[in-house]
Amino acid sequence: MFRKFPLAVYALIILVPLTIVVLTSIKTLQETFRNPLGLPENGLQFENYSRIFQEQTMSGYFINSAIVTLFSVTLTLLFAAMIAYGITRLNNWLGNVLFGLFTLGMMIPAQVNMVPLYALMLDFQLTNSLLGLIIVNIAVTIPIAVFILTGFMKTLPKELFEASTIDGAGEWRIFTRIAVPLSLPSLSATAIFLFVMHWNDLLYPLLFITDNAYKTLPLALLEFQGEYSTNYPMLFTGVVLASIPMVIAYLFLQRFFVAGITAGAVKG
Amino acid sequence: MKASKSLLLFFIPGLALYAVFFLYPTISAIFYSFTDWDGLSEAFQFVGTSNYERAFTGDTVFRKTIGNNLKFMLAVVVFQTVIALAFALILVKNTKTTVFLRALYFFPTILSSVSVAFIWSFIYDPSLGILNQLLGLAGLDFLQQNWLGNANIAIFSLAATQVWFHAGQMLIIFVAGLQAIPKELYEVAEIEGASKWQTFRKVTWPLLAPSATIVIAYTTIQSFKAFDLVFAMTGGGPNRSTEIIATYIFDVAFSNYQFGYASAISVIFMALIALITFIQFKALRSDRISY
Repeated sequence: MFRKFPLAVYALIILVPLTIVVLTSIKTLQETFRNPLGLPENGLQFENYSRIFQEQTMSGYFINSAIVTLFSVTLTLLFAAMIAYGITRLNNWLGNVLFGLFTLGMMIPAQVNMVPLYALMLDFQLTNSLLGLIIVNIAVTIPIAVFILTGFMKTLPKELFEASTIDGAGEWRIFTRIAVPLSLPSLSATAIFLFVMHWNDLLYPLLFITDNAYKTLPLALLEFQGEYSTNYPMLFTGVVLASIPMVIAYLFLQRFFVAGITAGAVKG
Repeated sequence: MKASKSLLLFFIPGLALYAVFFLYPTISAIFYSFTDWDGLSEAFQFVGTSNYERAFTGDTVFRKTIGNNLKFMLAVVVFQTVIALAFALILVKNTKTTVFLRALYFFPTILSSVSVAFIWSFIYDPSLGILNQLLGLAGLDFLQQNWLGNANIAIFSLAATQVWFHAGQMLIIFVAGLQAIPKELYEVAEIEGASKWQTFRKVTWPLLAPSATIVIAYTTIQSFKAFDLVFAMTGGGPNRSTEIIATYIFDVAFSNYQFGYASAISVIFMALIALITFIQFKALRSDRISY
């Protein structure tokens, strides 16, 4: 009792808001005003969903989010793994300096450099461009990825790399054939961590994207607020749709999500 | 064994992007902070330290945002850490129930901040919101509030949202830290007849200190970055009572086009975070013991 009560209360604190979101998304605005917490009166009706697809270019936002997330995660992971490998193999002052340079980036909130970054992106004509978002995502999340992956690669036995060098394998070969396969647990954890960050990112689309054709889901969602105001059934329809990919991934890959979150924290 | 030169090639793509799109803007924030640049025109003037003077002496809004940020940070760090640690202690063993509950508590972390902002705007809604309705049902009408509209409490309503959003993540980190503590130490404590509190104080807490350091440092930085929630829920209002440094920088730069001044605030922001992180590491390190 002493333990179960707070556990149940906290479970409700998490579950009730989520349930309200799903229920409200299948209610009409009138129903919501009449009885904000009640069940939908006419059973399941998905008019809000068909309306949002009619009024918004939802599939376009989905595709933009998918493209940005896919490339950001893959490239961050690849570049960070290469750097982590380089630091591990250098194993000297230069490696330490580079490691320090990247970890420094973890301590600096993105809002600190958003103003000059915005100016830079204008100069490079990378605003209103998915490529621009991908580039910035990589630059901003590479520090945490390098930090996690280096922590892992340093625990791998050095002899493995050295033996391969003696056998005449080039660095790229050792990286792809030995370092990457052996680092899969930490790579998958980092991938999930990056997936959550990039899929949900609001700041950079907000800064760099004004053209509807390049908006990602979080930005589109934010702008529904301007359009639908306090029409919560419509807003929550957007919330449900934008969350579906992440929720499905979470249901199937839960263990990796947990590993991804702890990898960044516990290694330190 | 000497590593080959070709290793340096491994750094090039990542380091190039990081240098150009992260380090360079960070450093140029320092440069622009000494100018009056408006972000649009080609020309700008060096204005010495006048942006900093303005921030420290002339700008009452900036002073308010620092206060708001500290209030928000303290509320989130204290409540989030206590909640996460308390539940981690209960849920430390791996059973079907604990694994399920940990997964449930963690769930909000995977949502986008915009989604979380919408959910809680609805909960806090003065007339439609569940919070006021529940208080009404419980006969606690006097506690009913305009949660986001009352300038005295809006920042704490946002802090509660942030805790709901991220406490589960910190819980997971604590659980990992707790599970890493060798069981033998607890056996010894039991044989020695230590009370529950003594065991916590002498075994769990000192060995958990590294995790606690990470959770607190992470929470602190996260609470300074709560940009999205503030932006989507209150826009800094009412009457700037929820304006935090990050949203203020955005406002100064992109509503007022004072890039030079916004850069100066960014630099102060960076220094403030460095200072707070440093103090926390110092303070928590003293509690660290290894057996």
